Amino acid sequence: MTNRIAQAFARKKKGLLNIYFTAGYPTLDSTVPLLTALTNAGADLIEIGMPFSDPLADGPVIQQSSTVALKNGMNLRVLFRQLADIRSQVPDTPILLMGYLNPVMQFGVENFCREAAAVGVDGIILPDLPLDDYVAEYQEIFQRYNLRPVFLITPQTATERIRRIDDLTDSFLYLVSGPGTTGGANTQAEGVQDAYFQRIEDMKLRNPRLIGFGIGDKASFQHACQFAEGAIIGSALIRALDDTEDAPAAASRFVQSVLQ
Amino acid sequence: MKPTYQQPTERGYYGQFGGAFIPEMLYPNVEELRQQYLDILAEPEFQEEYQMLLRDYVGRPTPLFEAKRLSAKYNTRVFLKREDLCHTGAHKVNNTVGQILLAKRLGKTRIIAETGAGQHGVATATVCALMGMQCIVYMGEVDMERQKPNVYRMRLLGAEVRAAMSGSRTLKDATNEAIRDWISNPVDTHYIIGSVVGPHPYPDLVARLQSVISEEMRKQLLEKTGSELPQYVVACVGGGSNAAGAFYHFLEEPSVQLVAVEAAGHGIHSGHSAATSVLGTPGIIHGSRTLLMQDEEGQITEPYSISAGLDYPGIGPLHAFLADAGRARFISIEDEDALRAVSELSRLEGIIPALETAHALAALGQLGAGPDDVVVVNLSGRGDKDLETYLKYADTIL
Repeated sequence: MTNRIAQAFARKKKGLLNIYFTAGYPTLDSTVPLLTALTNAGADLIEIGMPFSDPLADGPVIQQSSTVALKNGMNLRVLFRQLADIRSQVPDTPILLMGYLNPVMQFGVENFCREAAAVGVDGIILPDLPLDDYVAEYQEIFQRYNLRPVFLITPQTATERIRRIDDLTDSFLYLVSGPGTTGGANTQAEGVQDAYFQRIEDMKLRNPRLIGFGIGDKASFQHACQFAEGAIIGSALIRALDDTEDAPAAASRFVQSVLQ
Repeated sequence: MKPTYQQPTERGYYGQFGGAFIPEMLYPNVEELRQQYLDILAEPEFQEEYQMLLRDYVGRPTPLFEAKRLSAKYNTRVFLKREDLCHTGAHKVNNTVGQILLAKRLGKTRIIAETGAGQHGVATATVCALMGMQCIVYMGEVDMERQKPNVYRMRLLGAEVRAAMSGSRTLKDATNEAIRDWISNPVDTHYIIGSVVGPHPYPDLVARLQSVISEEMRKQLLEKTGSELPQYVVACVGGGSNAAGAFYHFLEEPSVQLVAVEAAGHGIHSGHSAATSVLGTPGIIHGSRTLLMQDEEGQITEPYSISAGLDYPGIGPLHAFLADAGRARFISIEDEDALRAVSELSRLEGIIPALETAHALAALGQLGAGPDDVVVVNLSGRGDKDLETYLKYADTIL
């Protein structure tokens, strides 16, 4: 069964830009206008953050946007309602939902998958869902709704485990660029990060790779693209939405600044 | 092997509670710990060093004191397990002494910790000073204000105290920041969690390191009462480390009633409470599936208690299991009753307890214990750190 993620990687082999933004930020109704603005400006994949009160893998920018989004009234019910008609406006761009396991569990994993599939979501990223639990409890449900999970790989992930993650994946691998939460600066010694990217590239994995965490502008995007099919930007986009009256316009300008 | 209350499954489950729900960034560290902790704890050299430090540094065994005037008041036999006499003033150091030895054996050089009341932070800073290790303690900004003496103690011991500024700026948020630090420093750092919370193997590791409390209780009770087994063991529960230690060697003794005392804050249903066993539902917090306070959407609720050590929206998975299975009885105590218990113990026995511990003492009247029953209250910490709060509420206390 094919889905839009595979098609996106088939269309474009290099330099794919995946943009993350938090649903319901900066205002409750920003979700759809931002999504369409980002795709029109050239984003190849979209990751919608489902805000959570305690986002452990995220840095201060995404934490703050999540807090605001929750205060604005965002939750999964509202998000699925907002996305109900999204495929008439954004037919081809892959949409992934990214968030934490607890809100999904409370919503009910099967309910969540059914609703996500119904609105045309293609993939799911839940960083705190353990691989073994996914296989034991959720894989069958994800497959039934043709939702592709995306798993994270870090510089410390052992080779065998990377192979196992690659085997369980049918979308792309999310390469975390280095130690740290989202939006952090690259603090690694020169060459350390590149050696890690190169090591993964040399493994000749089945799935394409997108590099994320700490990618925030044209230079870091282009650098990451030397070692992978593309890269993921989140915190920098959210920062670009601060203090602006017109969030979709700011989002378009941001994407153009990365791609041009 | 027959499942027991003491021993979680290989994947860290106590019934439906536990597990390790962590992002991939933490996986190598947590997995390394999981694979090695039981072997390291069993090493003779580890045990020798751990027991020596518990004896000569911490000051164990701590006394079991029969509180005669308190007993007379409640018409039962009350014994106090004097964890407040441990070096640093609370039970927390039992765990940090063990974990620092573990960290050394794992080749770690940098230690991080979270703290609520500051007792775990002080206990961590203490063992880091002892071992010459770098120490960073995360503490909610609100807690730094209400537990100032402990902030100064940590700094005096050479630790860096970093304020957690997100959420309710209390223990939950300090724990979030410590986890983020560990994500950012995956190679050289060991995270000394202070309670029986977090991803497997932490709940089991911390319970084992605290289990010395009930191990000593059994011996001391035999000497003083002629039986190793009391009728009641009472302990306060935030995350639940002192309760885990006090319950541990009684878990498989059905005749012993285990009483876990939570903080009801301004009242269980006031919206300002930390009574997780009543208000909590199964969910995931800090890498573990347990009972936690959350809204219908699975967003974690901000807890409240006057006591910084009980101000946590979850309980350890072992305690969630004990609550679910009916093995432990849970009682909730409001702020004011805890404050009155501070006054009572101070006046009747000449012992000023910590605010957390005062919740356990305040439950004495609710046990239904008879005149011949033996009740052990785990006196988890001393009250010096809370003097400023006690002064503020002098009208209630004095």
